[in-house]
Order: sequence, then C-alpha cells, then structure tokens
Amino acid sequence: MIDLSLHILDIAENSVTAGANLIKITIIKDSLSNVLSIEINDNGRGMSRELLENAKDPFYTTRLTRKVGLGLPLLSQAAEEAQGVFDIKSGPEGTCVFVSFQLDHIDRKPLGDMAATISILIASNPGASFLYTHKINENIYTLDTEEIKSELEEIPINTPDVIIAIKNDINDWLNIND
Amino acid sequence: MAKLTIADLKKIKDKQKATFTLREGGYKAKVTVHMGTCGIAAGAREIMTTLMDIISESEEKVVIATTSGCAGLCAREPMATVEVMGSAPVKYGDLTPDKMKDIYKEHVQEGNPVEKYAIVIGNESTY
Repeated sequence: MIDLSLHILDIAENSVTAGANLIKITIIKDSLSNVLSIEINDNGRGMSRELLENAKDPFYTTRLTRKVGLGLPLLSQAAEEAQGVFDIKSGPEGTCVFVSFQLDHIDRKPLGDMAATISILIASNPGASFLYTHKINENIYTLDTEEIKSELEEIPINTPDVIIAIKNDINDWLNIND
Repeated sequence: MAKLTIADLKKIKDKQKATFTLREGGYKAKVTVHMGTCGIAAGAREIMTTLMDIISESEEKVVIATTSGCAGLCAREPMATVEVMGSAPVKYGDLTPDKMKDIYKEHVQEGNPVEKYAIVIGNESTY
C-alpha cells in the first residue's frame, strides 16, 4: 500500500464484508503532540477470539480466514515503521481498529487521497452509513451520510452527481486545512 | 461538511428528479471493481475513480459501479467484472485507467467484450 488512505479503504471494506451498516472513520492530525491517528469503528459481526489474537500474523490468515487477509498485518507494519501503535478490539457488537504514527517520522506513509477513499466507500456501499471525521489541529470536518440521505430523500446517495459533490467537498476542505 | 450545503444537495435532487423516472426501468450494466487488499495494493482505487468519472460525465446514467472482494486471482489485479444485462459477465485483469476507458466504451456502451483484456468470459457471477 502506497499511502494510508488505501489502508483505510481496505479496512473499511473488511467492515462491510463483516456485515457492518455503520462505519465511523476518524482521522486526527495533531502537530503539537506530533501524532497522526486513524480509527475505523464498525458495527459488524466482529471476530472470534482466535482470529483476533492472530489478526496481525500474515501467516495465520490464509485463505481460510480471508475476511481479514493481509490488510491488518500491513497496517500494523506501517505503524511499527513510524514509531506508532496498532490496536484492534472486536466483539459481537463490532470491531475497532486504531492505528497511530509519529507524524514527522521519515517512514510514516503519507495520508493520500481521502476524498477518493471516502467517495468510493459511499458509492459502492449505498446501504451502509458512513461517519467521517477529520481533525487537523483545531479544525474539524465531518461528513455524515445519514444527513445527506435525509436531504436527498428518494434520490440514491450513489448517484454520480452526489458522489462527485461529496468528493469535491472533502477535497475543498483538505486543500484549505491540510 | 465544509461547503456541501443543503442548497447544493437540493439542486442535485431537483436535477436528478427530472431524469429519475427514466432510470427506474433498471440498469443497463454493472461494473464491479475487485477491491480486496490485493486489488487495492495493485491500484484498484484508481480504476474505480476512473470508472466513476466516466459514468458521471456520460449522458446515459444507467451503469452501476460497485466493488467486491478478492476474486482469488491476485496476480492479475486490478480486476473488474463487467455485466451487461442479458449477456455473460466478463472478468478483466491487469487494468489501467486507459484500459478501463476502452472497456467502458467498447463493452459497456457498445456491448462488445474487449477480448484482449479479458481473463474469463462466462457465467460466473460476482455476487
């Protein structure tokens, strides 16, 4: 994976595969404490204790458990390379993946194109709800697909014009604040 | 949300309402981009972005773009499956944005599978 936004897309696709219909993605960049953190929280069916214990082991997760695959080990490795922390909690009520990085670490992957990641997640999973929060120092951006859906009424959220508007909105904010 | 206001959404809604009834008859084609870890690492997001851009620029908005997991042919990623209603689905591999544009034009719009990029032509469905 070239950047972190691709990891986020990958982990959130796992959430959808696990039957989640509410996926919360939170990114916090804090220059003062020199930390970049990402949390992906879903209400999917969760993982068994055995699967969870081995989630970071790429050799454990072969075809038998392809629900997790290589995605988590790769993300965990990305965190380790940048003096970060990787943590995963999972239960019947859902799964929460947390990862943090030393913001100015030379090996920290760039965040990448979050507008592409979020718009693709929404476009390909119109039935699920996404809550995307992005905090950059004191500025906060939130995008709640439930708000957008209630505004759109019978027009589906994955209508191309809506997806483009969402993508542009995220890009506009990031261009100003990041 | 930054600038995406209720007024913006209302504008889109009104515009869509005008064409919505035309589309209720169903979709002409479905394109599924394989978005497993292998696909994403190989560039599937760029393929999906290209596809969504083509669909939004196209006048006839009767194509669904969606994603699926790993299809088990990780070495041939990025992959996409094109299903034109009434004909057999076709799996394409080793995609690039340019190949996706060719496939959209020749297969999705004109109905002719692009054999040089195809891996499988058959009744295998992705869902």
